[in-house]
Amino acid sequence: MIWRKSSILTLALLFIFSTVLAACGGGTGADSGGKTLIWGRGSDSKLLDPAQVTDGESMKVTKNIFDTLVDYKEENTEVEPALAESWETSEDGKTWTFHLRKGVKFHDGTDFNADAVVFNFERWMDKDHPQHKGGDFPYYGYMFGGYKGDEGHIIESVEAVDEHTVEFKLKEPQGPFLANLGMSAFAIASPKAVKKDPEGFAKNPVGTGPFKFVSWKKNNSITLEKNEDYWEKGKPKLDKVIFKSMPDNTARFTALQSGDIDVMDGMNPSDAKTAENEDKLKLYKRVGMNVGYLAFNVDKKGPWQKKKVRQALNHAVNKKAIIKSVYAGLAEPAVNPMPSSVWGYNEKVEDYEYDLDKAKELLEEAGYEDGFKVEMYAMSDPRPYMPDGRKVAEYLQADWKKIGVQVDIVTYDWQTYLDKTGKGEHEMALFGWNGDNGDPDNFLYVLLDKDNTRTPDAGNISFYKSDELHDVLIEAQRSTDKKERTELYQEAQEIIKEDAPWIPLVHATPGLATQSYVKGNLFEHPINWYDLDDVDIQK
Amino acid sequence: MLPLFQIGSTGQGSIGETAVFQRKVGEIVFAYTVRRLLMLIPVLIGMSIITFSIVHAIPGDPARAILGDKATPEAVEKIRTHLGLDQPLYIQYFEYVKGLLQGDLGESLITQRPIAEEIGPYLAGTMELALLAMGIAIFFGMNLGILSAWRHNSAVDYTAMVIALIGVSMPVFWLGLMEQWVFAQELGWLPSNGRIDPRLGFEPITHFYLLDSLIKGDFYAFNDAFNHMILPAVALGTIPMAIIARMTRSSMLEVMRSDYVRTARAKGVSEFLVIYKHTLKNAFIPILTVFGLQMGLLLGGAVLTETIFSWPGVGQYLVDAINNRDYPVIQSGILIIATLFVLINLIVDLLYAAVDPRIQYGKE
Repeated sequence: MIWRKSSILTLALLFIFSTVLAACGGGTGADSGGKTLIWGRGSDSKLLDPAQVTDGESMKVTKNIFDTLVDYKEENTEVEPALAESWETSEDGKTWTFHLRKGVKFHDGTDFNADAVVFNFERWMDKDHPQHKGGDFPYYGYMFGGYKGDEGHIIESVEAVDEHTVEFKLKEPQGPFLANLGMSAFAIASPKAVKKDPEGFAKNPVGTGPFKFVSWKKNNSITLEKNEDYWEKGKPKLDKVIFKSMPDNTARFTALQSGDIDVMDGMNPSDAKTAENEDKLKLYKRVGMNVGYLAFNVDKKGPWQKKKVRQALNHAVNKKAIIKSVYAGLAEPAVNPMPSSVWGYNEKVEDYEYDLDKAKELLEEAGYEDGFKVEMYAMSDPRPYMPDGRKVAEYLQADWKKIGVQVDIVTYDWQTYLDKTGKGEHEMALFGWNGDNGDPDNFLYVLLDKDNTRTPDAGNISFYKSDELHDVLIEAQRSTDKKERTELYQEAQEIIKEDAPWIPLVHATPGLATQSYVKGNLFEHPINWYDLDDVDIQK
Repeated sequence: MLPLFQIGSTGQGSIGETAVFQRKVGEIVFAYTVRRLLMLIPVLIGMSIITFSIVHAIPGDPARAILGDKATPEAVEKIRTHLGLDQPLYIQYFEYVKGLLQGDLGESLITQRPIAEEIGPYLAGTMELALLAMGIAIFFGMNLGILSAWRHNSAVDYTAMVIALIGVSMPVFWLGLMEQWVFAQELGWLPSNGRIDPRLGFEPITHFYLLDSLIKGDFYAFNDAFNHMILPAVALGTIPMAIIARMTRSSMLEVMRSDYVRTARAKGVSEFLVIYKHTLKNAFIPILTVFGLQMGLLLGGAVLTETIFSWPGVGQYLVDAINNRDYPVIQSGILIIATLFVLINLIVDLLYAAVDPRIQYGKE
């Protein structure tokens, strides 16, 4: 049996050889010089055409390759100039004129101008457009009421007035219109690159942004490099950015601690304390644009159809304890359906304080002094606004037991969860939302208006249908006067608090930590905290 | 082929007879291989029906996965139509099979890329890792097993078997995390994750990174890729190593009691040759079976290791697909893994004959 001996020998030799090789590794780094930032994250992007995606992991990357007409301010969700230097709107709010920045070029060398803006909008809105390809354009339909020819479609026309002026005509005024234009989904792509390969554009994106696309190894890494000709002088500061997919949260944190990566998001709350105590790491605590909540399905028969019962249960939730143990302190208790960084937030609304006696009293008044039984859905997958749904549910279960309410917890994986809650099969369900554009409409209308209770894909999964609220929200949508809209939204929050279709639980932080040598304040931004044009490495 | 006929009950004839016999064996093995490959067809049809039904039976909707949380009923409906998900199931199945017969594995619903093109790098990643893991498992597992059989009931034996017991009962995710903690974070000897330092900007050719770096003559990249492989390969190889060690031990113990081993020793054959040549040869069949099974498992089931070490392999690819309800990827991915599994088992069965001439194919 000569072959076997020799094969064992070969194996042994190979092993020794490789161990020796491994041992003499390290040392001479092939770091090509320059400042490279590696961002470790939970999963890969789906596509890199911002108009075709809705997931955060895709937008994190496209935000750095593309620019939008307007952007959001750093400190709040108000709008500031970006590719458009200035704009005006007509009296009736139906015509918007944008004056574009001059001298901006796409990464492929072509000029950014009014024609490019028109091309992009036509591509998104017109299903018959030759480049309306490569995928669907969900956000367009979602934010602008459908596509060309649809009844609710709000954009009448987009026209180039001259090389640097674009005019939008709307069928009716839309309150959040300007905020919508700042969403990374409506970033302007190079028409030349799109025309060249409409299907492949999402894998080879070309924009005007601070970084240029270099390469994409699926489920592994996406590499971007500095755009030397970026229109904003002095930016970006990094030479290279690498987004690395690292699915396991704990392993990702180990990689951060050992210096393999510079930034991580989606940290396990339990690791946050460690990150906070380590000198070489920096933990970011900015609360995200999100809300985690419990929705009562008022369409399902049960005690929770009574307002008093819902209020009682609102009193029986210890949000602080949940935040302390499940979120390791990385969240703020929620009072309203939207976080306070969204303008129009109503500071005067008071939360139902944690008071079990009061809860019991209210239950008695509603005729449920003996309590009742209820099934509660909890998601099994961690979500940005809820790292451990089951644990949150267990907290509620323990508190409610004290007032006689027995909770059965059921869990499903995320796709099943969406399916079942969208159809309204639950009695109560934990849920949450990540805001898109920092407009109150994006929280209140989407999550609580009666328009959004249509199954099988309801956005309002408490199936709460209030005409009073609907009128207020629609009026706010039609108005372009911010002061008026603010008042309307504040009223809306009061109505919601009183009717209590939810228990708003928390606004969570994105679980972001960096090496302490990573500088730049943009991680503080409520919406685009992944905007890297101001980020620097200073070792 | 000569060693085939050295031992065993098959008679040895003159050189001419052996040649004829060898040719016959060749034919039989060929026929056997063809038959086994043909048997793949019903296996794959069965697999495709089962995966198709399961995948479509679980709740959830790829259209929702594509749209994320921001789905409106219209958009979902539009995408469902676009993807052909509004067709009756049997039509969807036949469409899928029609594609398969034309060599088309389908297209991912999420990335809209052909699966055949997309799965390549993942397969290569998994295979590279599995091969090294298996190498480690075989080298250490067999020697550990041999050692403890050789020094049966001694302290060495007990120690080796305790190691194997720990190895087989240690959860792979825990071992992986511990490795990362000790060797990456505390000692800083090895990288904790990924296949290669992304700063290198290494562009793979075959997606077997070790091979690619050698082709390019980039030894720095080779070294870096190898360093990246060590921790996950050890984590992945530990359980097979333990199983191989236990199997080798029991198989060796049995054979060591045979008369011919005693004869060999009596003849004064060196202990090394007695163990590695005479005993191991006859003890090898059950060990080989374990190799085959474990290799098949490593190819399809490295999900945990891949997740912990951010290793872009086939397991991760499938888990992602399941989370996104990416039907074609789940179906084709499972088909590919099943095919590989069957092929590896076929190779193992063929190797039986190479190891032990008493085993013949063609006569059932």
